[in-house]
Amino acid sequence: MDDTDRRIVNALQGGFPLCSRPYREAASRLGMDEHELLSRLRTLLDTDVLTRFGPMYDVERMGGAFTLCAMSVPAADLERVGALVNAHAEVAHNYERAHRFNVWFVMGGTSHAALANVVSQIEAETGYPVMNLPREAEFFVELRLSA
Amino acid sequence: MNPIDERIVRATQAGLPLVPEPYAAVARTLGIPEEELLARLSSMLADGRIRRIGAVPNHYALGYRANAMSVWDVADEAVDELGTAVGALPFVSHCYRRPRRLPDWPYNLFAMVHGRGRAETEVCVLSIRDLLGSALRAHDVLYSTRILKKTGLRLA
Repeated sequence: MDDTDRRIVNALQGGFPLCSRPYREAASRLGMDEHELLSRLRTLLDTDVLTRFGPMYDVERMGGAFTLCAMSVPAADLERVGALVNAHAEVAHNYERAHRFNVWFVMGGTSHAALANVVSQIEAETGYPVMNLPREAEFFVELRLSA
Repeated sequence: MNPIDERIVRATQAGLPLVPEPYAAVARTLGIPEEELLARLSSMLADGRIRRIGAVPNHYALGYRANAMSVWDVADEAVDELGTAVGALPFVSHCYRRPRRLPDWPYNLFAMVHGRGRAETEVCVLSIRDLLGSALRAHDVLYSTRILKKTGLRLA
């Protein structure tokens, strides 16, 4: 990643234009041409510097629901359980954490009832209980990282 | 949700195509005019259904390797006011109130802290502790050791 890539990552975490040639417009703000921006974005995505490029939806405002879940899984069983949990499309991200509760995943779905159903499925598939911690209030959500 | 909006979400939640006219390309697959797609995206952005449009970075790749989930047991009568104050701290990316699950889990306030290393996140955690003061009963910090999956929230 060079300075130009850093400028792209820093400048394009929001505000991508809604127009017919948005890459051309974004590129001109950054002082480069459309082709260069597209090719650098392709590389940033391929090398996993970016996880994706596009709209970040707020699933809850779309009429959906989120929840955070935790499980306590013995290390020897982590691969199997991780694969079973991740196989559910509702699971957005899943982190292993250094704690007695070592598996933490966020799910998004159409409703809390639908998510509760996935929780039950995961419990049945893995044989471990799932601690379901839906958020009750949001105090702040913003994450813009500088590259 | 409006069925066309829902199709738009499904078609774009994994990302926009990297072609000169990405919206025209998405509109074609949905069988709607590009202008309609742009108008619908614009209204979703205006009412917050879209938080923003652009690059979603991978923390680890940018050097933010320490991802600390700090969890706090805060007196119920104080948690909303203090949660707002914690959420306003510049290094806190997400801050939520969640239910306790006693006896296993006494914590009702979650604050996610991202830093380039543990030394940085530990200082952040100490400032949260100071801010919570006498309303704080217990806390813990959970560091991530591995990403098992990261695709972003999607409609299933």
